Amino acid sequence: MSVTQTPLLEAKGVTKYFGAITALRNVNFHVNAGEALGVVGDNGAGKSTLMKILSGLYQPSEGQLIFEGRPVHFSSPRVARNSGIEMVYQDFALAGNLPIYENIYLGREPGTKLGGLTIIDKAKEREMAQAHLDKLKIHVKSVDQPVEELSGGQRQAVAIARATAFDAKVVIMDEPTAALAIKEVGKVLDLIKTLKEHGVAVIMISHRMDDIFYACDRVMALFHGANFADATLAETNRNEVIGWIMGTRDHTAQLAHDRVH
Amino acid sequence: MISNNPALSRFLESYGIIVVVLVMMAILYATQPATFLSATNLSNIIKQNAYPAMLALGMFVVIITAGIDLSVGSVLGLSIICLAVADKAGVPWPIVLLIGPLVGTACGLVNGLGYTLLKLPHPFIMTLGTLNIARGLTSLISQAPISGLQPEVRFAGQKVFTEFFGVQLFTPPAGIPFSLLLVVVCAVALWFFLNRTNMGRHIFAIGGNPQAARVSGIDVDRVLVYVYAICGFFAGLAALLLAGRTDSGFPLAGVGNELDAIAAVIIGGASFFGGRGTVLGVLAGVLIMGLLRNGLNLNNISPFWQQILIGLIIIIAVYIDVLRRRAATRK
Repeated sequence: MSVTQTPLLEAKGVTKYFGAITALRNVNFHVNAGEALGVVGDNGAGKSTLMKILSGLYQPSEGQLIFEGRPVHFSSPRVARNSGIEMVYQDFALAGNLPIYENIYLGREPGTKLGGLTIIDKAKEREMAQAHLDKLKIHVKSVDQPVEELSGGQRQAVAIARATAFDAKVVIMDEPTAALAIKEVGKVLDLIKTLKEHGVAVIMISHRMDDIFYACDRVMALFHGANFADATLAETNRNEVIGWIMGTRDHTAQLAHDRVH
Repeated sequence: MISNNPALSRFLESYGIIVVVLVMMAILYATQPATFLSATNLSNIIKQNAYPAMLALGMFVVIITAGIDLSVGSVLGLSIICLAVADKAGVPWPIVLLIGPLVGTACGLVNGLGYTLLKLPHPFIMTLGTLNIARGLTSLISQAPISGLQPEVRFAGQKVFTEFFGVQLFTPPAGIPFSLLLVVVCAVALWFFLNRTNMGRHIFAIGGNPQAARVSGIDVDRVLVYVYAICGFFAGLAALLLAGRTDSGFPLAGVGNELDAIAAVIIGGASFFGGRGTVLGVLAGVLIMGLLRNGLNLNNISPFWQQILIGLIIIIAVYIDVLRRRAATRK
């Protein structure tokens, strides 16, 4: 770990029980501002549980979350969101009937408060959406397009735009490229790099080594609910990371299942 | 041509319905040139369709969320009986005016809270229950019609304006009905609520993708309670209009009207799958059903044919929605 930098978000000794099952055992985790972290692990390794704890959906049974150097307790996703921790869902979670700009500000509409209602300032909202998409270098025909008219990659871009619309500090992405056509994957990965340039910490769960080695700075592996390995990309290689997923160290090209002998 | 044509899809969604109304009016004018466009017939059409328009506006809000409210006819019945009984008991008219909307809103709250708190599988179940409960209560309160209401209570449903700035423009019974103004005010207010406020947008988002609404921090259950309360409120207003027009409260008021309201909303282009539709479309849907009835009556065609035609129009309208969705979806 860098000695000059306090991690932006940190988890110390996190354990999570579901009844008799231990989903996470004494897991340590950290991510720095402007860093893209790839999280790998086999199905059931605890990746999603850890992400759900970081985003406030689950509370850890033991252990502590530390955000910007202070211990925090995220009792719900809303609390985590208010701290600047956003989640991008694998199925995008967008309302297809609503236009792009309405999806981006859904639940956080700009406008004038009147009793319990907000009178939405649509012109301002469109402007904000356009400016935000420009900042992220996301190109759409018009912010008025309904989301159902967009391609998978464009939808993922809108989902990421929504997650970052209010100065998100940490963006958690669950398999951001799994539902995309191959030609759209590059655009989403470039978007992750753009987020990093803006100082956002990106946590990406992925099974695709290509994605991790293209967009991430560091990769951490979970195995059977515990920390297994953690290295910067410069210190490791694809075969070794594939080995970590399967719970083996010193995995070499000779062992790779797709190697033709 | 149909597949992947968003421009055609948007045209059908926005203007198709207006074209249908104009074509119907042209046909009616062609068959009955002397009667159809007479001021008396037009004001009659408006007066008759004001209360179904109220029911349809409320139903529309529910259908946007991909829900349904089967109870509005019975809620209308309960509201009209309550306000008629109160009127006869000598309750002052300003309070009687409030009774319809209050009873309606209360019934709507019961629907919304019941559906969300009991976690019933579909609002069909909850509102099918209240359809029966409200009708039963109505008959318990009074099994006979109650007529002869105070003039102030009748005003909303009965008044037609014939004079403007001292000039007599219409001869009674022709005129601009007060109920038309009330429908217009309600429609504009509802449009503003749905299209300019955050809760209106949340209602559309719930119809589009409830999961997206939930992860965006929207309290979906809370919004649904408001939605059913709004629907009940409109059913109560409908009761006030019907009471005024018929000068009575009767226990069978509104029987079957929920289906007309659903039909009007669907014919008006709102999607039964939720998430889309316009206030203008709903009013057009009410007008189409009203014009159809009026036209067939004027031409002395059996009311049974009216039923058959309305049935066909419902199927065609939903088929147009299916085509529209196909045109909107990318391959």
